[in-house]
Amino acid sequence: MANLLEVQQATKRFGTFTALNNVSIQVPKGSIFGLLGPNGAGKTTLIRIINQITLPDEGSVLLDNEPLQLHHVKDIGYLPEERGLYKSMKVGEQALYLAQLKGLSKREAKERLKYWFDKFDITHWWDKKIQELSKGMAQKVQFIVTVLHRPKLLIFDEPFSGFDPINANVIKDEILQLREEGATVIFSTHRMESVEELCDHIALIHKSKKILEGKVTDIKKAYKTNTFEVGLLADNSIQVYAELQDKFKVIPADFKTIDDQLKMKITLDDNLSSNELLQYLSNKGQIMRFNEVIPGVNEIFIKTITDNE
Amino acid sequence: MSNLKLIIKREFIARVRNKTFVVMTFLSPLIMVAMVSLIAWLATLNNDEVRKVVFFDETGLFKKDFKDSDAIDYLDYSHLSLNDAKDSVVLKKLDGLLYIPKSSMSNQQNSSIQFYSDEAPSISILNTIEEIITTKLTNQNFIEKGLDIEAIENSKAKVEIRLENFSGEKTSKMSSYIKMIFGGAAGYFLMMFIIIYGNMVMRSVIEEKSNRIIEIIISSVKPLQLMMGKILGTSFAGILQFTIWVILGGVLMFIAGLFIDLDLDPDNMQEALKLLEKKQGGIVANATEILFELKKLPLLTLLISFLIYFIGGYFLYSSIYAAIGAAVDSETDSQQFMLPIILPLMLGIYVGFFSVIENPHGTVATVFSMIPLTSPIVMLMRIPFGVHWWEVLISMLLLIGSIIFITWLAGRIYRVGILMYGKKPTYKELFKWMKY
Repeated sequence: MANLLEVQQATKRFGTFTALNNVSIQVPKGSIFGLLGPNGAGKTTLIRIINQITLPDEGSVLLDNEPLQLHHVKDIGYLPEERGLYKSMKVGEQALYLAQLKGLSKREAKERLKYWFDKFDITHWWDKKIQELSKGMAQKVQFIVTVLHRPKLLIFDEPFSGFDPINANVIKDEILQLREEGATVIFSTHRMESVEELCDHIALIHKSKKILEGKVTDIKKAYKTNTFEVGLLADNSIQVYAELQDKFKVIPADFKTIDDQLKMKITLDDNLSSNELLQYLSNKGQIMRFNEVIPGVNEIFIKTITDNE
Repeated sequence: MSNLKLIIKREFIARVRNKTFVVMTFLSPLIMVAMVSLIAWLATLNNDEVRKVVFFDETGLFKKDFKDSDAIDYLDYSHLSLNDAKDSVVLKKLDGLLYIPKSSMSNQQNSSIQFYSDEAPSISILNTIEEIITTKLTNQNFIEKGLDIEAIENSKAKVEIRLENFSGEKTSKMSSYIKMIFGGAAGYFLMMFIIIYGNMVMRSVIEEKSNRIIEIIISSVKPLQLMMGKILGTSFAGILQFTIWVILGGVLMFIAGLFIDLDLDPDNMQEALKLLEKKQGGIVANATEILFELKKLPLLTLLISFLIYFIGGYFLYSSIYAAIGAAVDSETDSQQFMLPIILPLMLGIYVGFFSVIENPHGTVATVFSMIPLTSPIVMLMRIPFGVHWWEVLISMLLLIGSIIFITWLAGRIYRVGILMYGKKPTYKELFKWMKY
């Protein structure tokens, strides 16, 4: 799959502070790319470089295999974390203004805005001032403005903050829909459950450096430890547990069941397969539960960060 | 439409639609005219009051000289004793007692004459009385020395120096005053414009920052473009407002003049002019002379240089204002950075009003009309007096150069500042931002 965006060895310093240290990322076309990292890691600096708000001291950025140029702002839609609108300007006028700045003609912008305002059922907001709207309502307008010019690349920084669960879902569906239509999405957030749900690629930035990047499935494969979660109905569970502990690495586990099972996590050595474990267990009792433990993005995040401390 | 045009349009509309702007546009001329009228009216009120002054003249010389005027009524109490006179002044609540003792006669330096009153008399009353006594005593001295007063009066020369430059152009003191007024008004006008609309630019930058819309905007346009758009949009709004002020103010002034008709009464006018003429030695001339002098001024040159310095000065300062707006989070924080703006502006005005008027081509005036931050104001004040073209050229080149430099510098601060939230920056930090 071709890459829509490539950042090559970008470095950015502010005085003596290095905000971004030799960071490269590849964002495949049509992917939802999660840009993760603790606060102050350098995510925003990277996003600003992609948006040509800041220039990198070293390194380059390619969009569609072309070095970034001024006209590329029309191909990018950016919803920053620090976002707002002119308080005393009317919603419609404001949306038109921002759309025109992205190169849409007034007529075109009006038509598309009408479509989106109908879709979100907010047509009656057109003549309201932003200060009359709630935060969530203003966020909806911002979302529309971000995607209105149909950019190839969408960058969302914490897109769900400020939304109630229902509206967050509406926005999530819209993002997925936009991806269907061919957009590529970069998605920066601290909410790991939405990363888990949406992203197919991630990159992890920590202390100005990229420490992890790849397909989510590949990363999970690399991070899984051949561990299985097991629920066993055995008559003499204490004895079975002791026997298992002799043969494998076993730790107690906790999950909800309706009967009294022996619950544990078993980690196998690389030379053992899950079938061999199953065979062994089937002699000890009735297997009620057997599944592979796959690390969540959250665990991977925490583990990688702590390993790099 | 290009982005710059879009930004200018938005800024212009945002300024013009602002309620305060609308109110100020229409209210300011009203307030100004109301104030001028009020002052004029109060002045007439004050003049109407006639002071009652008692004189106690031991010399018996002045009886005929103290003639009642519009401002002062004189009462002669010389027939009483001094103490009785004092008592009755207090009792009758008169305005004062002038005591002229015998010893005051024939002294050249005279300080024995006294004025008793509860409240200190106004300077103009004292001047009037002093003048009467001085004239009388001087004449008295002349007579004593056997001089013919009429002959002295007739032999007094009246000199008015006519000014002419080497190319044969005649000027007069009148024209100097007109030039002064021209230059002074232009300089003052520019300063007002810079302060009012520069502040507006700053507020608009702060607004974008505190609304957090700035990052959305600059993902579409270059920060420098945004800054330029702001400065231009605001200046158009400013020009509109100023034009309305001038027109509305003129109309209102005319209407107010009709109602109050104190100064427009031709008799009064003539009298006032004469009075002024007497006091200031023929400065005030009639309207035709003023018109004549005005025609002689190089009006086209004045207009062109006014436009260049006006636009240049405004751009120079408003880009500094924009940079300050970008550096701070709120208007209160901006105070600490105001000095670099207010100081040169004030310096320009003071140098203009003191140095240029005294000596338009002196070293101080010349130097300050070259330094870019003060040159717009000082040069505007100097130009009516005639400045060598090469001086204007150097000053303009310096101005244009520094506009480019300062805008670039301000643009760098702006670029970094608009994305910085939270802490109040110091000058040191601003300096660092320029290098990012």
